[in-house]
Amino acid sequence: MHEWKVICRVDDIPRLGARKVTRQSGGDIAVFRTAEDKVFALLDQCPHKGGPLSQGIVFGESVACPLHNWTIGLADGCAAAPDVGCAQRFSVRVEDGAVALDLAELADSPSAIRHAVT
Amino acid sequence: MRKMKLVMVGNGMAGVRTLEELLRIAPDLYDITVFGAEPHPNYNRILLSPVLAGEQTIDEIILNPLDWYAGHGITLHLGKKVVDVHRRRRIVTAADGTEADYDRLLLATGSNPFVPPLPGKELAGVIAYRDIADTETMIETAKTHRHAVVIGGGLLGLEAANGLMRRGMAVTVVHIAPWLMERQLDETAGRMLQKSLEARGLRFLIGAETAALVGDDTGRVKAVRFKDGSEEPADLVVMAAGIRPNTALAEKIGLHCNRGIVVNDTMQTITDGRIYAVGECAAHRGIAYGLVAPLFEQAKVCATHLGEFGIGRYLGSQTSTKLKVTGIDLFSAGEFMGGGETEEIVLSDPYNSVYKKLVVKGDKLIGACLYGDTADGSWYFDLVREGRNIADIRDQLMFGQQHLGDTGHAGNSRAAAMADTAEVCGCNGVKKGTIVKAIREQGLFTVDEVRKCTKASGSCGSCTGLVEQILMMTAGAGYTAAPKLKPVCGCTDANHQQVRDAIREQHLLTIAAVHEHLNWRTPNGCASCRPAINYYLISTWPHEALDDPQSRFINERAHANIQKNGTFSVVPRMWAGETNSSELRRIADVVDKYRIPTVKVTGGQRIDLLGVKKEDLTAVWKDLGMPSGHAYGKTLRTVKTCVGSEWCRFGTQDSTRMGKELEKALWRMYAPHKVKLAVSGCPRNCAESGIKDVGVIGVESGWEIYVAGNGGIKTDVAQFLCKVATHEEVLEVSAAFLQLYREEGWYLERTVHYVGRVGLDHVKAKVLEDREYQKRLAERLRFSLDGLPDPWFEHDKAHVDVRQFAPIAV
Repeated sequence: MHEWKVICRVDDIPRLGARKVTRQSGGDIAVFRTAEDKVFALLDQCPHKGGPLSQGIVFGESVACPLHNWTIGLADGCAAAPDVGCAQRFSVRVEDGAVALDLAELADSPSAIRHAVT
Repeated sequence: MRKMKLVMVGNGMAGVRTLEELLRIAPDLYDITVFGAEPHPNYNRILLSPVLAGEQTIDEIILNPLDWYAGHGITLHLGKKVVDVHRRRRIVTAADGTEADYDRLLLATGSNPFVPPLPGKELAGVIAYRDIADTETMIETAKTHRHAVVIGGGLLGLEAANGLMRRGMAVTVVHIAPWLMERQLDETAGRMLQKSLEARGLRFLIGAETAALVGDDTGRVKAVRFKDGSEEPADLVVMAAGIRPNTALAEKIGLHCNRGIVVNDTMQTITDGRIYAVGECAAHRGIAYGLVAPLFEQAKVCATHLGEFGIGRYLGSQTSTKLKVTGIDLFSAGEFMGGGETEEIVLSDPYNSVYKKLVVKGDKLIGACLYGDTADGSWYFDLVREGRNIADIRDQLMFGQQHLGDTGHAGNSRAAAMADTAEVCGCNGVKKGTIVKAIREQGLFTVDEVRKCTKASGSCGSCTGLVEQILMMTAGAGYTAAPKLKPVCGCTDANHQQVRDAIREQHLLTIAAVHEHLNWRTPNGCASCRPAINYYLISTWPHEALDDPQSRFINERAHANIQKNGTFSVVPRMWAGETNSSELRRIADVVDKYRIPTVKVTGGQRIDLLGVKKEDLTAVWKDLGMPSGHAYGKTLRTVKTCVGSEWCRFGTQDSTRMGKELEKALWRMYAPHKVKLAVSGCPRNCAESGIKDVGVIGVESGWEIYVAGNGGIKTDVAQFLCKVATHEEVLEVSAAFLQLYREEGWYLERTVHYVGRVGLDHVKAKVLEDREYQKRLAERLRFSLDGLPDPWFEHDKAHVDVRQFAPIAV
């Protein structure tokens, strides 16, 4: 069972933008909001060279990494072809406009970044 | 819901490419059935010549193996020739009785070799050169027979002749026209080609007219007889006298044909709206194309219509030619014959077998014919297609792109000699071998596809020429040159100019309105198009269109430069590079207080504070108390100056004061790309005005203004625009030039590329000759900049979302 921790309101995240969430265990999380107000959360590190995804341009359900323009899918955290690699995903619950992350996932120390094959 | 049914007749390159494009945009729209007369899956017909010459095998040229069809749920009928279509009942019938019904029918029946009506053409040993079966017949015949005659000295005939010779046959080429490949080469190049092929062992009978093919008792050909009565022994006769669109089926079922199945710009037959035609069988605006590049453009357009996107029109293509005979380099494109109002620039070196002819009309290159050295072929072809003004490079045109001093293209002629391990794309670390492998294994034909699959040339783009060379080398003439004007990105077919025009003409004020008006394919664009559209909106409708920070790259959203570790750099503005003790003290204090690890003097004479945490940015700006340096944006960056006449014993003008005036007039100016200025106080030019977007040089009697210089990837010396007497004139001319660039430039196009595209004469006409327009341009720039906030201090007014500087802590 999920134990949820409310972190902000949906409106605290810019539409087609993101906010950075810092946590005690290290490993920032990027929380994204799409044009349709869907919210996604990924580890704030591009699988390529660790670029902060929270700073990228959000479009559709993707974000373009600000460092080298890899396109990362918000739903699965994975890079679009030909790039290979995935950013860790985090569960998100939105209820009555409140965005919540999973407490257990938040407490986990950040998983090793899987570097791209190419 | 029942899926619609699509039936394709013909299983060749153009048709299958259409299916690939269709599956990409609408994978589930159709149940697809394909009929192919040959017993093979789709293969690369262009590479039959290397197969004949023994350089490649049949397996290597298969483009779509059988499991590709299976994987996409395509019903494939191989070896079944379609003989009838019942258009009212919408049923296709093959020779063996197989039937398939359709909602949409795609005809891709290709072409047939033209066989001249000669007596004896039905004898054994007389074949055309078109498909795998023909190629195999030739290979088998070469094992047992000696004499071959090829009728036709065009592209196909010469490739066949070369292949047969490589297989050990004695080959004679019979050609009725006055020189070889007369449709692709002028007479000089045609003669040089003949000489070089003769040196390899081919024989030619130029101008000879064939009268009949003579058979022996067994019904096999034994000789070719000419009109003058002479004979040439032949165990094999290859007919390569040209191709004709295969319209037999189309004509039978009543579709209008006129040298091909007549289609409109959406590749729909003009007779039956349910039936489309692509490839060599289709006649578009009176032309049936025989080269793969235009056919793939057709395929793309056809797919968008079949896929019910209903966008894109095929408007015809310009084509180029390359012969796939190893060791012979020839290239032609456009109107290479010259004559009429054209002028020719010619280089001819018979000893080294090099011949180059460039055909110029007015200020444009309209054609090229190259023999012996074709390294610059793709560059010339680009110039022809883009219609670029060549007035400024005309005197160096003949010597090629390398000669223009473009360091990034130095590899052009290197492509062939490069080792597989050699790096082609320095930005993405892509080696030649990787590119060649991708081209071979994945059947790539365009630079865009190579870019997508390997990332080569995907970043700075300076290796594009080299990648194109590798593509030409590996894929043969089958490579598709980029379309004339590239779409902004994959979200649309509209190019930058069309987007700019639509925004101006329709008075569009939001990104959503642009998407709506131009039928964007994606709901909110992508990281390529959104920043471009945002710039076009705010530059076209200043103070009216609203800036959208979420459509800007992070640097312009955070007003600082992101670094590789996610920290930022901060460059405060120092007017014309001049500072003082109080500013330096504040900078020193800020460095200490925020523990900023690196302080660096930039090339533009500013101080760069590197490694600032994003959370500290607003406080750093406030403590610095200096205006934003805009070192992070597609904006006016810096005006670099020398000290000038105030101190310098050589100085003739006060360059620092001029620099300050320019910088104060122009700062906060967004542009298609970054803009750098410099002012030097005398012709010694210590501020390096010659490689700036606008460079000003003081002389005894006033100022010289240079534009469109660049010191980046491609070093370009600025071009002289004019000489003026006063500070006011420098300000006015600079403003007018930059506003013209802001209004007409495409996003991410530096001034050097912009001026290269429109021509310096155009700039002079607007900025200098028409004084009234010069004034209006400068006024429009002042209006645009009037009242713009400093984003470091007026966050609200500058639409800076300050929430980004405060992370959420849990």
